[in-house]
Formats: sequence, structure tokens, C-alpha cells
Amino acid sequence: MVENRPWADFFAHAVLILGVILVAFPLYVTFVASTLTYDQIIDVPMPLIPGDQFFENYAQVLRAGSNKGSAAPVSTMLVNSFVMAIGVALGKIAISIISAFAIVYFRFPGRNFFFWMIFVTLMLPIEVRIIPTFKVASDLGLLDSYSGLILPLIASATATFLFRQFFLTIPDELAEAARIDGAGPIRFFWDVVLPLSKTSMAALFVILFILGWNQYLWPLLITSQESMYTVVIGIKRMISGGDAATEWNLVMATAMLALLPPALVVVLMQKWFVKGLVETEK
Amino acid sequence: MEKKVVFQSAWLPYALLAPQIAVTVIFFFWPAAQAVYYSFLLQDAFGLHTEFVWFRNFTDLFHDANYLESFKVTALFSTLVAVSGISISLLLATMADRVLRGALAYKTLLIWPYAVAPAVAGVLWAFMFAPSIGIVTWFLRRLGVDWNWIIDGDQAMLLVVIAATWKQISYNFLFFLAGLQSIPRSLIEAAAIDGATPFRRFWTIVFPLLSPTTFFLLVINIVYAFFETFGVIDATTQGGPAGATQILVYKVYYDGVKAADLGSSAAQSVILMFIVISLTVIQFRFVEKKVQY
Repeated sequence: MVENRPWADFFAHAVLILGVILVAFPLYVTFVASTLTYDQIIDVPMPLIPGDQFFENYAQVLRAGSNKGSAAPVSTMLVNSFVMAIGVALGKIAISIISAFAIVYFRFPGRNFFFWMIFVTLMLPIEVRIIPTFKVASDLGLLDSYSGLILPLIASATATFLFRQFFLTIPDELAEAARIDGAGPIRFFWDVVLPLSKTSMAALFVILFILGWNQYLWPLLITSQESMYTVVIGIKRMISGGDAATEWNLVMATAMLALLPPALVVVLMQKWFVKGLVETEK
Repeated sequence: MEKKVVFQSAWLPYALLAPQIAVTVIFFFWPAAQAVYYSFLLQDAFGLHTEFVWFRNFTDLFHDANYLESFKVTALFSTLVAVSGISISLLLATMADRVLRGALAYKTLLIWPYAVAPAVAGVLWAFMFAPSIGIVTWFLRRLGVDWNWIIDGDQAMLLVVIAATWKQISYNFLFFLAGLQSIPRSLIEAAAIDGATPFRRFWTIVFPLLSPTTFFLLVINIVYAFFETFGVIDATTQGGPAGATQILVYKVYYDGVKAADLGSSAAQSVILMFIVISLTVIQFRFVEKKVQY
């Protein structure tokens, strides 16, 4: 910058630090509450320095959930969340990349029609078709199962668009060369397109993993057994109603466990995350 | 844009599309069609008898004070979430674009809430604002504010707006930062040499150049507030007190799943479908325009 305004720089840092504190404060309070005893939280105001119950609280929720609310072990829920998040992410990537390949590298009757069909799913979020979708899943025997948690969510217009955009940038010469060398479409897909798409797949995986992990309405509808709860649903079932009746120390330990995996993915894979986020919206 | 080099096969493209189309038809089109069909049906209280009633569910809805109230609540909620989310993130992004030292650290510390599920965000804020034990409640009481969102509708609205906005700031922030970094430095430096203050430069150069990003984020935030905040509401106020935070999506869920009023819930779904379709069309028209630049 061509100017020197120390006060403006100072102001910028002050605003940013204030922003970081405001954004991080709920996380800090959650962490502190997860290391206290129930009585310490009930004794208003709760201390803002971590207590010594860290291992007790986390061991308790991982093994046996809460005492007063749902007693389902959070470790099972975490496994369910992992299976769902990875299943949704890989499923979306797999079916979208082959659809995009078909749409870009072939001319066939109905091509535009299918492309529009995939596009229209953007306009039909689960929230506008709650009960009929639940009925379909129940008729197909998908309630309380991993396939029920994953399958209905794996159609993806955004992933298909992203791969389509990317395939259009692959030089025609590559396909030409592959054809001259006698490679068919499947060989070309496997040996040329797939390796070139690694970056896009990684970026998408980060976004879709978070999306799958954070699902709320669908798992809420389709799971009724505690052994199939995902951790995001499990937290709500631990809140037994009434401020004082809820074991907030255990709820907050579960909240930490629920938000840590996706938050780590964002922070550690920041480059992929930003790329994925900006590209899926284009 | 089309490929000039393509492969020939009579069956392969259909086989490649089959999985995606199957999921789309079974879990998207068929249920959506069912929702439209149910919206014309009226079921008696015991679910024994169903009657085809044309548009009666819709006319009933528009005469239903609760439904109209829910529309107002949704409008207020999404406006507050979009406006506060966009202004806070624009401020933070402008500052982050200015600083040289620590820029990456600030960015990392500001983007992680994107990863928090809306329902978890709701639980976090509900805990801090809990009427009897919350740490913020305690602080507000000392300031003389009587805080109890369980019985005060305006405070309940404030709580869900804060929780929903907090989660969305990181998303807006990233897009604003990308937008700011694509503005040519030479423009800003020329203005600085001419003696324009940072404040003046922001309003006459930066903000107008950011308007496509701002508009895009406005649409995205409204969609977010309409649909994705279900978890925030369900984990905190559950639409209460007395419907003060009952947004349209929550009402569809409540009427359909909890109150089992199939026809009315389906009619509400159909209305929501129209809202999503219009928002998507607006968003894509805008994207097309941006590409032409």
C-alpha cells in the first residue's frame, strides 16, 4: 500500500481480534463446561477456567451417554456419523463424476433432458418433501440403516456441475490421442480423466464430508433406534428439558466431539476447503 | 461449450447416468410429486377417509392466522440473518484484506464455524443464553436486562438469529475476502495517491465493485435462513414461544410429523417449493450474468 496509516492498521487488527474473540467465545465456553462437574455449572455464574473433569466427562459420554437424558454411547454415534459423512461424500463424488463424464464425452438422445433432471434436484431440498421421502425410504425398508442414511442424499447437482466444468477444460487432444492409440471411453476415463480430477475430488470431498456430518433433519426422521443415531442428533436427545435438569457438562462434551472432526477437516485442509467452497458455488 | 472429440456408444452413457438418475427419481421426483398430490387431499381426524379437495388446503392456509404469522416470522428471521451476517463479514473481510501481518491466522480463526452443524450451533448458544444458568444471561442480569427466551418471543428470535448468523459468518467472510482480493490494487492505490481516505475509498470503489458478491451472498443467505436453519430452531426454541420463531420449514415439519396433518403440511411444502424455485432462478440468472463480464 502506498500510504502509511498506523491508526488504520491498528483499527483493523482491533476489529479482527474482537471478531476472532466473538467467534471463538462459544467454543471456549463449551470446552470449559465440558471439563466441569454438573454442580459447578449449576452454581451461577459458572467458572471460566477449565476444571479437572475432562477425562471423567468424556469417558462417560463415550461409554454411556448421559445419566438423565439419552444413555446411548457417543462412541457409537461418532462411528455412525463417520460412516454417514464418508458414505455421502464418496457416493456423491462417484455417481457425479460418471454422470458428468457421460454428459461431456458422449452425444446421445436425451442428454439435455438428463442434465436438466439432475439440475432440478437443486430446487427440491429435503425440507420441501419431508413426509413423502420418509414414506419411500420406509417402503424400501431403509429405516434405521446406513443405506437409509446415505442413499437418499447422494444425488448431487453441484458435484455434477463441478466435474462437468472441469472436464470441459481438459484439452481435446488428450481424448484424440487416446482414441488414436485405441483406448475406449472406459480406459480413457480410468487412465486420463480420473487422475486429472484428483484435485477437484479432494476439494469436493472436504465440503461433502462436512455436509454429510452435519445432516440433521434426515437422520432425525429415519433413525429411531439409539444405535443408529448420528452424534448431531444424539446431542439433542441428551437435553432432557429444563435448564437445571440437563447435564450440561456431558452435553457440552458431546458437542465438542460433534464439532471437532469437521472443524479439524476445515482447519487442516484449509486450501482444499476454500477451493471446494468457492468452486461448488460457481 | 461442447467437446469436439466424443466417444461413440449406444449404451455406455445411459449406464453411467443410471445411478444418479435412479436416486433422483426415487428420492426427489417421486416424493415431490407425492407432496403435490397430497396437497390436494384432505384426511379426516382418524386418517380413515381421504377426500380430493382441489385447492382447499391452500385457501385454508392463506386464511390461517398461524400460517401468515409464520410467513412474517420467516421474513423477519431471514432478513435479520442475511443483513447482520453480511455486514459483520464484510467488515471483517475488509479489515483482513488490509492487514499484512497475521492475515492467514485471522482467516483460519474465522472460518472454522462453517464446520459446526446448525443444530450444534443452536445448542452452544442456547447454553450460554440459558435463562437460569447461562453465562451471558448472568451478565445481562447484572446489567439489568431480564433475559428469558423461553417466555419472551423477541428474545427467542434474537437467540436463533445470533446462532444462525454466527455459523454463517465464515462462509460470507471467505467469499468477501476472495472478492476483495480480485479488485485491482492499482485502482485503490490511485485513489490513495489522490488523497481519498480508506473510508471514502471503501464506499466509492470497493463496495460498488463488490456488489455482485454481495448480491450472490444475499441470495445464498436467504436460502440458508429459509432451509438450513431447521437444526438451529429444533435444537433451541422449537418454534416457540407461541410460534415466535416458527419459520416455514419448521411448521412444515411440525404439522406433518408431529401433528400429522398431511394435507396442510403437503400444501405448505408445495408453497416452499415455489419459493426455492424462484430463489434458484434468481441465483442462476445472476451467475450467468457474472460469467459474461
